[in-house]
Amino acid sequence: MEHTLISGSITGDRPRPVKNYLNETKGVWSWMATLDHKRIGIMYLVAVCTAFLIGGIFALLVRLSLLNPQHTLFGHQWVTAEAYNRFFTLHGAVMVFLFIIPAIPASLGNFVLPMMLGAKDVAFPRLNLMSFYLWCGGATLAISSMVLGAVDTGWTFYTPYSTTTDGAVGLMTMAAFILGFSSIFTGLNFIATTHKLRAPGMGWFDMPLFIWGIYATGVIQILATPVLAITLVLLLIERVFQIGIFDSRIGGDPVLFQHFFWFYSHPAVYIMILPGMAIISEIIPTFCRKTIFGYRAIAYSSVSLALLSFIVWGHHLFVAGESDLANVVFSALTFLVALPSGIKMFNWLTTMYKGNISFETPMLYAMSFLFLFAIGGLTGIFFSTLAVDIHLTDTYFVVAHFHYVMMGGTVIAFIGGLHYWWPKMTGRMYSEKWGRIGCALVFIGFNMTFGSQFIMGGQGMPRRYFNYLDQFQPIHAFSTYGSWVLGSGLFLTAIYLLASLKNGERAHDNPWGGTTLEWESSSPPVFHNFEDQPVLEHEPYDYRHRTVTHV
Amino acid sequence: MEWLRRALLPVDQGSEFAKHIDVMYMAIFWLSVVLFFALMIPMCYFAWRYRYKPGRVTPHQTHNTTMEIIWTVIPLILCVGLFFWGIIGYMQFAVGPGESMEIQITAKKWLWQFEFPDGTRAVNELHVPVNKSIHLVMTSEDVLHDFFIPDMRVKRDIVPGRYTEYWFTPTSIGEHVSTCAEYCGKGHSDMRAKVFVDTPADFAKWMETGGDEWMKHTPEEWGKIQYEQKGCATCHNVDGTRSKGPSWKGIWGKMEKIKGGTTVLVDENYVRESMLQPQAKVVEGFDPIMPTFQGLLRENEIRGLVAYIKSLQ
Repeated sequence: MEHTLISGSITGDRPRPVKNYLNETKGVWSWMATLDHKRIGIMYLVAVCTAFLIGGIFALLVRLSLLNPQHTLFGHQWVTAEAYNRFFTLHGAVMVFLFIIPAIPASLGNFVLPMMLGAKDVAFPRLNLMSFYLWCGGATLAISSMVLGAVDTGWTFYTPYSTTTDGAVGLMTMAAFILGFSSIFTGLNFIATTHKLRAPGMGWFDMPLFIWGIYATGVIQILATPVLAITLVLLLIERVFQIGIFDSRIGGDPVLFQHFFWFYSHPAVYIMILPGMAIISEIIPTFCRKTIFGYRAIAYSSVSLALLSFIVWGHHLFVAGESDLANVVFSALTFLVALPSGIKMFNWLTTMYKGNISFETPMLYAMSFLFLFAIGGLTGIFFSTLAVDIHLTDTYFVVAHFHYVMMGGTVIAFIGGLHYWWPKMTGRMYSEKWGRIGCALVFIGFNMTFGSQFIMGGQGMPRRYFNYLDQFQPIHAFSTYGSWVLGSGLFLTAIYLLASLKNGERAHDNPWGGTTLEWESSSPPVFHNFEDQPVLEHEPYDYRHRTVTHV
Repeated sequence: MEWLRRALLPVDQGSEFAKHIDVMYMAIFWLSVVLFFALMIPMCYFAWRYRYKPGRVTPHQTHNTTMEIIWTVIPLILCVGLFFWGIIGYMQFAVGPGESMEIQITAKKWLWQFEFPDGTRAVNELHVPVNKSIHLVMTSEDVLHDFFIPDMRVKRDIVPGRYTEYWFTPTSIGEHVSTCAEYCGKGHSDMRAKVFVDTPADFAKWMETGGDEWMKHTPEEWGKIQYEQKGCATCHNVDGTRSKGPSWKGIWGKMEKIKGGTTVLVDENYVRESMLQPQAKVVEGFDPIMPTFQGLLRENEIRGLVAYIKSLQ
């Protein structure tokens, strides 16, 4: 296999500094009390990957439960409806609140964003650390709610089921409440950093597109997350004091809860996907060695997706008892989401035109993203078309659609970004061979697991079903086999990444020939990121000033 | 392309609405396939044609306003078209014709109760006449549910404390399945009803007698059928294992411990009372969650159930 290390930083590799952010100070306390955005990013990375592991185990249990209609393994029924309901609730809650929302901004964003801006740190380093500890607090509550009395409401906490069921719903909602503040602090911090700490000479349209994506995400985090907090507090007030807010028996309205919930949770979908798109906008120009096509179009489409995300929540309620007029209005607004998403896709593809494209693992993940996000986006059209939505909503078609967007989009981009910045963060190269094998397994497993669910959903298989009609058995089994392929791909990825920490080749400062400022630092970076203040000399993604060659 | 439609959607197109939905679904499906390949073919071609070559210089193309406008306007036109098409279809489902037959649905954990204009009631078994517009008016006694008939492509949430409604015209005679499509707890996936689309004559007969099916069975058999159809099986097993309610096996003639410390003999009167006033004497160790079947069971059905329990020794 061709050796694929690429050098090409303008400055070339400097002598490796003896001290870097990893060994500058030592001991557990130097990490626990650190204000360094890079260390906080690494701690977040470990934390969200742990959450991903827990959520993933629940996902495998959900799929295993549905392997056959009798729910048997080796001839014994091993799972009950109650247990199954807990599996999918915990899978959803852990994945959404503990993993996907913080995954990219708080881990990779924390590490990379200040460096891309040429800054020493984020604007509020203490707030950054506090955000991490709030995450830990929220995670502790969430995990104790699993131990003390598992929640079975679904991650959406729909009333009146959530106000009447047993189980530690209170603890779980408190967890989501605290995690919300963690998310708000992260968003606030990044917005302030972007406004105040850009390198000399860096105007708004000189920023890497990753910053635009994270900035747009920050706006949503600040504006939408408080609504979730208020909703969860109202839910607790109703549960504890029996004041009728959402429960119709005591004068409330269950549909009101759905409005409140989706007023946050729809924007939250964009909190999840925008950072994924932001990573793709970095990876593609780097591995095509060509300037990004339509910089402003991509930047503006990030911002317009952020704004649109606030006015489409009603499409989750098309059959929930919302007025017909509201349905029509939300259907129209929802169609608008297709435009900025499409603009991004077209610009990424055009960037590949006449590029000089190599296929290291990050680029393979970026191309997987384009493939999977195309499917995730196009299947969204089925739902914005009102009449078709009626048949498909609340079936496996929805499950497949949002997994194509959230996992095929965000998680694939997250893993791609993790490989892309791995040399910078750890100073080590991962194994390119195993990286490509892992990517292939994830891609195949993912499509087996969720592609098949489009068919089941169209045929009328409702979601969150423990018992199902025998006719769905072959497809359910196929989907479960896919989850094993997907799981082993992810497991393999974890193994070779961790192994590279010990055995990996030493990374160059700029192994991929990237053009953004984070590559101007050493790998791993020194404590304050740069030896001296970097000054922006050209637009981002400008490949006219450098030649990039394989070593 | 009928085979593809059958693979992607329920085979039966059991309502006027269904054909319309299917046409729309397939149109969007093909549009998506075309758009998907319009994206993926260039991607694969570029990846192959412009694969890495040392020394290849890439052009500095920053943007092209004409292209940006084209790939914004074309999707916009497609979206506007689909939007209006979607509304036209939706209105058939949301706005009813002048005359239709009204059926009230009451959903509760975990059964469906249907009530006809003349007061006839049925549980987990909905009879409707073919080619007649049906107006469903639905409410829930506990949590959210959703009345979904895949074969008819109709679905709407059922909300406690208010009424939701929809219209459909069944066109395909025979038996169909309806399911609950809004998560409602442990019995969610067992909350199914049979939807029978009858000829007008069969429907009139059913309305009159509740059908003559019961005369073709022994009481025990008839009770077993009720056990499966009326939702008893959701909470009661007949093999001696514990479910949400006590198992029926071997229960006949036994002295059962009742909440509050007393005991009761399981006989005809206790079984009858347990169906009609289930909260009166709840067996110890079980939650008082059983809904009443007062007015929902015909005499022949109660007799059948008693006989069936008696037979489970």
